[in-house]
Amino acid sequence: MKTKKKIAWGDYITYIGVTAAFIAVTALKNGGALNRSQLGLLVPICAYITMAISLNLTVGVLGELSLGHAGFMSIGAFSGIIAAMSLSELIPSAGVRMAIAMVTGAVFAGIFGFLIGIPVLRLRGDYLAIVTLAFGEIIKELINCLIVGYDSAGLHILINFDGSKTASDLELLEGGKAIIKGAQGAVGTKTIASFTAGYILIMIALFIILNLIRSRAGRAIMAIRDNRIAAESVGIEITKYKMMAFVTSAAIAGAAGALYGLNYSSLTAAKFDFNTSILVLVFVVLGGLGNIWGSVVAATVLYILPEALRSFADYRMLMFAIVLILVMLATNSSRTKALFEKLKSAKKEEEQ
Amino acid sequence: MEFLSYLISGISLGSVYAIIALGYTMVYGIAKMLNFAHGDVIMVGGYMSFVAMSALHLPGWVSVLAGMAVCTVLGIVIEALAYRPLRSAPSLAVLITAIGVSYLLQNSAQLIWGANPISYPPVVSGTLHLFGGQLSISYVSLVTVAACILIMLALTAFTSKTKMGKAMRACSEDKGAAQLMGINVNRTISLTFAIGSALAAVAGVLLCSSYPTLMPTTGSMPGIKAFTAAVFGGIGSIPGAFLGGLLLGIIESMAKAYLSTQLSNSIVFAVLIIVLLVRPAGLMGKYVPEKV
Repeated sequence: MKTKKKIAWGDYITYIGVTAAFIAVTALKNGGALNRSQLGLLVPICAYITMAISLNLTVGVLGELSLGHAGFMSIGAFSGIIAAMSLSELIPSAGVRMAIAMVTGAVFAGIFGFLIGIPVLRLRGDYLAIVTLAFGEIIKELINCLIVGYDSAGLHILINFDGSKTASDLELLEGGKAIIKGAQGAVGTKTIASFTAGYILIMIALFIILNLIRSRAGRAIMAIRDNRIAAESVGIEITKYKMMAFVTSAAIAGAAGALYGLNYSSLTAAKFDFNTSILVLVFVVLGGLGNIWGSVVAATVLYILPEALRSFADYRMLMFAIVLILVMLATNSSRTKALFEKLKSAKKEEEQ
Repeated sequence: MEFLSYLISGISLGSVYAIIALGYTMVYGIAKMLNFAHGDVIMVGGYMSFVAMSALHLPGWVSVLAGMAVCTVLGIVIEALAYRPLRSAPSLAVLITAIGVSYLLQNSAQLIWGANPISYPPVVSGTLHLFGGQLSISYVSLVTVAACILIMLALTAFTSKTKMGKAMRACSEDKGAAQLMGINVNRTISLTFAIGSALAAVAGVLLCSSYPTLMPTTGSMPGIKAFTAAVFGGIGSIPGAFLGGLLLGIIESMAKAYLSTQLSNSIVFAVLIIVLLVRPAGLMGKYVPEKV
């Protein structure tokens, strides 16, 4: 009983921490203490926090390395943009459209997560990693071929495999508008994403993931991570639970993508490349595998870090790389671990 | 004739992938880590030979040697400083460190040479015209293919015949047992990184000679492709990396020519996915059954 209570407290602290941060930042924002570039960071930070906690479900809780998570973000972003833009006359309220966009993004990313999960989850270890990477790249190139527009007759979708088609081939009626123009990406998007929407998304994602982890299904997923064969032999359906974690993770990433996509008036699929997947993975690993609260903190700190280092101008990404390497060495090297052990035992002796 | 010229350009591209993949697969086989910085070593090799040729006015073949020398040292230093302390750490920690090293190399190159692409003077220039000019093959392609075959044969001989090569195979099979047999595991891994990085430098020069631009991110896509090639052929296997690289290059070239330029990478990756589903350990990889 005691441990159960303790775990639940950890979850509440996470919710409270995020809410407190939201209130503090909102107060700063309304007080005018944030400059333009800092305000511009708020929504992307929310999107990346959500990405990090969703990837943590795959990498930390399920224990499968995914290198294509940005692909789901991309699907969510572009389907969200299409939904929000095509409904802009039907639904005047930006908040409602934002919610619809995030749900659409989540649904599409979830469907793709399921389809991709069928082949991917049969593989293991580094092979699984390389196939997720491959799918991430495939999604990027496919979206680069997509031309979408809408008019009074509805949505028009063209797939531009040979690079010969342009937005004018959509043959939109009077008053129609192209939403996605192939390799140029989404252009002229109305930016309806807000910090509040980001906060709500983070809370929902936290609620889903933390409850999933504490549920029967979550324990099954962690059992698969810890020992697949033992889990299978006690009757856990491996495929079902792996798929559950993978699809949930993809769907949340899709919602985060919709939030991110609707924060910029123009967006290309190239934004969601391998490097973005890696960036999110870095957040997850530095925050601690399976540690949701850690992902939230790591995503926030590491997203702000390169911006905070802006005064170093050209050197900031170099600093970022060095910090990354040093943190990994400090937390994982056998020598530093031995040092920590020594310090700990010395402290204990003092206490005695 | 058209088909033949696409095939040749595919084989040439595939040979570059194969050279990179050979380095990848050796490092993976022995250190069991995805060395994401490998692609950036290619870029460093390219820049080094560029500096040797344009600033020091050395002949092309000397610049290749210079690139190889610098990259060999770089490979050993990276391994000693970043990867060796993490030998017993979880594989994800090593992966993130490798990503850190990759960022470090890219950004250092950007600080030194700038982010803009520079045009690279090909080490080998000229074209061979066959069939009365119907088929033209650049000498770079021929050199690339020859270099690739030579490297593959040399590596196979090295790993199967020499003492160091045998030590390498022993380490990749079981590090603990190898150590008990008196093999210096750390030195063997250093050597593997040295060879892999030297190969990356060669690949860098050949890649930049066929596609004559060079920028700090030049290495990342070929690095990913070569890794794909290594997995495709069965990671850890030297003939597998050769075959995988070659096939990947041919598929990419054919896809670009006949199917879609925009989706050529997707087609390559789709083939990889299908191969892995049918043969989960790659084309020539050994399937190791799990012991319970």
